[in-house]
Amino acid sequence: MTITKKLLTSAIASAMLVGGAQAEISNDTVKIGYLADMSGTYRDLAGPNGLTALEMAIADFGGTVNGAKIEVVSADDRNSPDSASSTVRRWVENENVDLVAGLVASSVTIAVSNILEENNRLGIVSGSAASSITNEHCTPNHIHYVYDTYPLANGTASAIVKEGGETWFILTADYAFGHALENDVTRVVEENGGEVIETVRHPFPTSDFSSFILQAQSSGADVVALANAGADTTNAITTAGEFGLTQSGQTLAALLLFLTDVHALGAQSAQGIQLTTGWYWDMNEETREWSDRFMEEAGVRPTMVHAGIYSSTIQYLNAVKATGSDDSQTVRKQMMDTPINDMFAKNGIIREDGRMVHDMYLAEVKTPEESESEWDLYEIVRTIPGEEAYRPLSESKCKLVTQN
Amino acid sequence: MTEILGVPVAVLSGQLMLGIINGSFYALLSLGLAVIFGLLKIINFAHGAMYMLGAMCTVLMFDAFGVNYWVALFLAPVVVGCFGIVLEYFLLRRIAGQDHIYSLLLTFGIALILQGVLINIYGVSGLRYSMPEVFRGGMNLGFMFLPYYRAWVIVAALLVCFGTWFMIEKTRLGSYLRAGTEDSQLMQGFGINVPLLISLTYGFGVMLAAFAGALAAPIYSVSPVMGSNILIVVFAVVVIGGMGSIAGAVITGLMMGVVEGFTKVFYPEGSAAVIFLVMVVVLLIRPSGLFGKEA
Repeated sequence: MTITKKLLTSAIASAMLVGGAQAEISNDTVKIGYLADMSGTYRDLAGPNGLTALEMAIADFGGTVNGAKIEVVSADDRNSPDSASSTVRRWVENENVDLVAGLVASSVTIAVSNILEENNRLGIVSGSAASSITNEHCTPNHIHYVYDTYPLANGTASAIVKEGGETWFILTADYAFGHALENDVTRVVEENGGEVIETVRHPFPTSDFSSFILQAQSSGADVVALANAGADTTNAITTAGEFGLTQSGQTLAALLLFLTDVHALGAQSAQGIQLTTGWYWDMNEETREWSDRFMEEAGVRPTMVHAGIYSSTIQYLNAVKATGSDDSQTVRKQMMDTPINDMFAKNGIIREDGRMVHDMYLAEVKTPEESESEWDLYEIVRTIPGEEAYRPLSESKCKLVTQN
Repeated sequence: MTEILGVPVAVLSGQLMLGIINGSFYALLSLGLAVIFGLLKIINFAHGAMYMLGAMCTVLMFDAFGVNYWVALFLAPVVVGCFGIVLEYFLLRRIAGQDHIYSLLLTFGIALILQGVLINIYGVSGLRYSMPEVFRGGMNLGFMFLPYYRAWVIVAALLVCFGTWFMIEKTRLGSYLRAGTEDSQLMQGFGINVPLLISLTYGFGVMLAAFAGALAAPIYSVSPVMGSNILIVVFAVVVIGGMGSIAGAVITGLMMGVVEGFTKVFYPEGSAAVIFLVMVVVLLIRPSGLFGKEA
């Protein structure tokens, strides 16, 4: 009796699921899982404030979509692909999560995107850096929204070579992300006629950079580039300042720097550093208006990742509304067909490899005299058009592109 | 220019100097651990957290009350030391005499709680703290540019290390301490307040860690996670030097700073592992550590 009953219920349930996938919203609920580093190295650039941005997006959207309610669950990935995988597996298999948002450490993102592909759910990656996420690791089930290592290298390195920085010393964090960035930078420097004369790989994490800075100084290179992130970068910049690296005529280039890092360093230590960013809070009226609201909720100015989470969530919900479905492929197709025009991006386009291509910005950190407030830190030097910034599809190794 | 293994001697002299500076931090931290272990037999896994508290305290006192660097260098260790005494009185005392593993787990738990709470409040990006005005700039030594502050680190760390060694090994108070941990009942019979002595010793060990933290504030990124990274290295230093050996901890700290510095030139990828490699070799040859007494 009970067995038949169970069979029957599960048969009905699966019939409903299959039916629901076509043109309506499953379980009458759009469920979004927010997965990010909530307590470790990458906490501040996304973390709990990213969840705030996500919740702001849902509230601004109205809290429901086509009458279906929008639910949010969240978890700390602890920067561990294993821990993240088991969370996402539970979310998609038992809790009917439709969209996974956040996604910070590149290793976590790559692991999670495989699970999303197996279960045909959608992921929107806002925090990760590795450009391989939409290259060799691309899937039809995720979108990479904010930035990646390709434009970081492209924007900052090509600008500096053009200004006359011909010889380069690269200080690389000794793990996958650092190596990827190092490769991208080397390529850009050489393409522009510069030369990488030395690369040194430091263990992750390192707190004392004095030895490496001394090596950079004695290398005599025009440019000292930091292919690392977070506390490694801020520590290296502080030490470079202390040892007078820039006073002796060398240029310091940080390849991945978030607003929260620059804020931690302060304009005094970070002044003059050039960096590439996908967004900055103080660019125009629209960005300022949203950032003011964010600051009221979170107490800090948003990073490009926070803004990307807000924007991508709105885009996702718009697509669900337009198609009346929360099926991953239906929604992804709708998102690809709709150019993004909001406070985050103008004419942003999601390509078939999942890369959201939008304008990037070359920024320079202001001097303490120029900086009028605690968060008034960047001067936008140049807008890099999206097509120029990101890896062209002709160079793509993504299975979704080469098939066509 | 003369070269050793393809690296100019001038570069190596610079690295030797930096090694000694980093070694000064290791020396200060491992000294505190050695004092606490040597005298109280507590494996203090909260030592990294105390280092972090010292640095955070320096920055927060400046932000809130404008407390300057010199005052903070004195006040931060005192504040954190008092906190250590409270911990000893309310928590550690209850497991005195138990197996080492209890104190290890308890202090590790305390460290995780402190770190977690502070991450929740201050985040992980680090707090801003600028170099005191007097230390801006540096001197050219011919083979390297030495920032004034780094020179001060060596002087301050060595003075404190020597002072601690002198106090424990050469003064009456030090002899009470050593005797109190050797045979507390006998000492109590002589009318000496041994529990107070133990609280003060733990507080003092913690103060050393907080002092290192305050010293680190102007040059390293100050954040709630700064202690967990350095703790394991410092434990390795203590093990290499010989658990509980006070002079051993200081000398080994300086030596390991230099070894690590040279590794950063010849094989940078291995610089995080080299201290552990030395630890393995030392444990194989002299299980009680370089300066430890044979058990």
